[in-house]
Amino acid sequence: MTDVARGRTLIPKLRSLSRFTFVDVVLWALRISVLMVVVGGSVGTLIKGRYGAVQWLEFLTFGVTMGSLYALVALGYTMVYGVLRLINFAHGDIMMTGAFSGYFVASALAGRGFLDRDPVLAMLAIMAVAVTTSTTIAVLTERLAYRPFRHVRGLAPLICAIGVSFFLEQTFRGAFGAGVRAYPDPKWQKGAISVLGYAVPILQIMVVAAALVSMAILYLIVQRTKMGTAMRAVSEDADAAALMGIDVDRVIVFTFALGGAMAGIAGVCYAFIFKQVYFYMGFTPGIKAFGAAVLGGIGSVPGAMLGGLFLGIVESVGPALFLDGIGIPAPYQLRDLIAFILLIMVLIFRPYGILGERMAKKRA
Amino acid sequence: MSAAAVDLAERVSPGNRSLFRRALRVGLILGVVAIYGATIGILPLMDARWVIVDMVSLGDAALIAIGLSAGVLIAARTRSLEFWPLVPPSLVAGGVAGGLLALLALAMQAFPLRQIFIALSPGLLKSLTFGLGASRGGAVLIVAGASLAVLGAALTRAPEGLRKPAAAGLAFVIVFGVFQELIQIMMQSGGAINALRQSIYTWEGLTLAGALIIFFLASGAAFVWTGWLRGPARERFMRLSPAQKRTAKSARVVVFILVLVLLPVVAGSYIGQVMMLVGLYILMGMGLNLEVGLAGLLDLGFVAFFAVGAYATAILTADSPHALASYTAIPSLSYWAAMPIAVLASIVVGILFGIPVLGVRGDYLAVATMGLGEIVRVVVQSDMAAPVLGGAQGILQIPKPRMGGFELADPVHLFYLTLAASAVAAYFAWRLENSRLGRAWMAIRDDEDVAQGLGVNLVKVKLLAYGLGAAFAGLAGSIFAVMLTSVYPSSFQLLVSINVLALIIVGGMGSLPGVMVGALALVGLPELLREFGEFRFLFYGAALIIMMRVRPEGLWPSATRRRELRDEAGEAALGELEGTATRPAPRAPDLQDTEP
Repeated sequence: MTDVARGRTLIPKLRSLSRFTFVDVVLWALRISVLMVVVGGSVGTLIKGRYGAVQWLEFLTFGVTMGSLYALVALGYTMVYGVLRLINFAHGDIMMTGAFSGYFVASALAGRGFLDRDPVLAMLAIMAVAVTTSTTIAVLTERLAYRPFRHVRGLAPLICAIGVSFFLEQTFRGAFGAGVRAYPDPKWQKGAISVLGYAVPILQIMVVAAALVSMAILYLIVQRTKMGTAMRAVSEDADAAALMGIDVDRVIVFTFALGGAMAGIAGVCYAFIFKQVYFYMGFTPGIKAFGAAVLGGIGSVPGAMLGGLFLGIVESVGPALFLDGIGIPAPYQLRDLIAFILLIMVLIFRPYGILGERMAKKRA
Repeated sequence: MSAAAVDLAERVSPGNRSLFRRALRVGLILGVVAIYGATIGILPLMDARWVIVDMVSLGDAALIAIGLSAGVLIAARTRSLEFWPLVPPSLVAGGVAGGLLALLALAMQAFPLRQIFIALSPGLLKSLTFGLGASRGGAVLIVAGASLAVLGAALTRAPEGLRKPAAAGLAFVIVFGVFQELIQIMMQSGGAINALRQSIYTWEGLTLAGALIIFFLASGAAFVWTGWLRGPARERFMRLSPAQKRTAKSARVVVFILVLVLLPVVAGSYIGQVMMLVGLYILMGMGLNLEVGLAGLLDLGFVAFFAVGAYATAILTADSPHALASYTAIPSLSYWAAMPIAVLASIVVGILFGIPVLGVRGDYLAVATMGLGEIVRVVVQSDMAAPVLGGAQGILQIPKPRMGGFELADPVHLFYLTLAASAVAAYFAWRLENSRLGRAWMAIRDDEDVAQGLGVNLVKVKLLAYGLGAAFAGLAGSIFAVMLTSVYPSSFQLLVSINVLALIIVGGMGSLPGVMVGALALVGLPELLREFGEFRFLFYGAALIIMMRVRPEGLWPSATRRRELRDEAGEAALGELEGTATRPAPRAPDLQDTEP
């Protein structure tokens, strides 16, 4: 029985076995208050009409952009969880390593004017370096930190993963400094393209395109190649897969490499959007992306994509739509709050996610 | 030759080839460690601190230690008791480690690496290569590495009467060199002691004469101890009855605690401040220990309870516009009245925090609690809560506690306040551990479903774990608020939760003395080595990984844990948490290695 399945059955069990109905009261109060904020806030905002259609579209495109990045990172969580049943706590930091190594290439290229002159080639070079770094680091962490815990259940692997996360962050802090470094800001990224009459920034189109292409490639790898089939087999049942002659170690390394590559691409895109890199930058998007993976149904590749997009859109539209309407000052400070509340609500009420039901049932 | 004979031969002296491969491996690993230390900037920092003034810096000492450990590792992994067969592999290992550093030096000279790696400065290059330039300095590094490794192997194989005194002497010199500031402050008191201080120290560190004196004193003492005193002492201990043995052991704990209690008085207010921080972390550690160590609920949002305790104290006592007294009819309270309220508030928040995550287990629980902790921080920091909690500026002007007319302003006074609080909390924690509730916690830690089947009320027991754990953190937070006389949201980051988690893991989960050891090692030590403060989180990360791999039961494990680990049958049960049981069996040696 997996944690996913347990979480699903425990709440009804508590309800029937315990006389402490106040737990249910609190849980229902939580549900209702979140619902009230969502509905009340939306109505309030729409009545006030402070935002026009253009602004909503801006929120939406930004949400889709961020969502596709969350989806890329979430893929790493979900695939590793699929084959290892481990939350790779350090995955957000692996994204950071990609962004950081991309920074050095990007600033070197920008310094020589190459990033402005030949954007496609320059972006490809940046991505290539970022992907190489993040993939290498992902594989190394697997080999050095996670492999010894391959057959260990319980808290030890998770604690080790937390340690890896800190270790990576602090290593980068020591090697490259604690300060925030500014990512180059080429002119072409500031332009916009008119889509159906709305101006959409080129940067956002580029990010979404990069994410879509990588996800398509990943999907093909997982669905069509031999290695992808092996990955799916291991995530169904590692022992049976080993008996069928699949080299489980190799599959796990491959999974980490694939997740690391996606994280590297996401890291570069993330850094170009926010125009900065620092050693701690991977933490928050990492946690949010984990939330997205759970939201989509952990272990499910399409689920991670869906969950990422959903999270990105809710987080981007949410402050204006839900919080402004109930009169909260400076709602954009609470963007992370929305993401975290969504994460917790999912973990509490629907730990098997949107697309995870089939999996949870099978493993129950 | 029969297979058994081959096996025996392998045991006595393993094939040369495998020995050299091992040596290469050891050398590569140690070389990478040294390069890592240089790249992330810890080596340059160590270079700035003298062990012996103008002769050996801490960085040099670290590099020497790496060279020596190459030989030690080779010797430890070889069963042969002779020294001479160890020389060639030690040369290889030390040479390879030195060679990697030499490569780094060459690379630093050839490429402008500093533009990317900020720590690889010309100063580092100069100190790495002894100012000789990369090629000649590199050759020196290789030779030094090889000879140090041989020395290390020789020391490991030397008779005990020589090895122990040498190790003790070196260790004492390093301790006296590294903690010179602290030791000098402590020695400044009396006339004779001060004179002694002046003879072995300058204000920058140990003098050569001082180092020699300490080395010979320490190694002489160790020589006498191993040669004449240890045997009889051990014999006398063995002859004691079990009850007496237990008394002797608890006497050791009492002495340890007494030293801790009296240290700040002797060593002054800086140590007082460090010890007080250690005390706060011990308090929090005991709280998290109830949740993680006993009940198995991995809580990464623990800092939220600490924040509640601090903020509750602040708004009840502070002399600021955010205090309750300034905009409601509630009068401004004294610290002693506010502290219990703060603890109560933490308990309430702990229970409220626990209710939603009751049904969440294991990994998901860790992430959910971390999310809850982050929510608390985001809310406290936001403009939404600013009218009440002061936003990013926090709440200022919290008065120090007063006892009668006496203000507890000095860190040493607050240390004793922390100590008293810790003592009370430790008593509660100790009684809880052995209570019915404590056993119920351990039952749900080991298997929630079985525990429920045996009649443990999961809801009640889990909420009590969150609530009581929060009480400890709230108490710590309340003292923290008066220590700083102000509270800011930036003091309550996830790092604090990780810090507390790391210390109970290093000390030993579920073990009260372990919490103390962990707090001393992870909070006290980095605080004393102040210039390495920025590396403390690196140290925590590494400690988490290494402890989980090497010693999952912690430095001072609880009695139950130790019993479980020693006992073969208990080991399987422990594998659930610790992962020692299911470690795969070592792979059989390669065929070619066993051929003589």
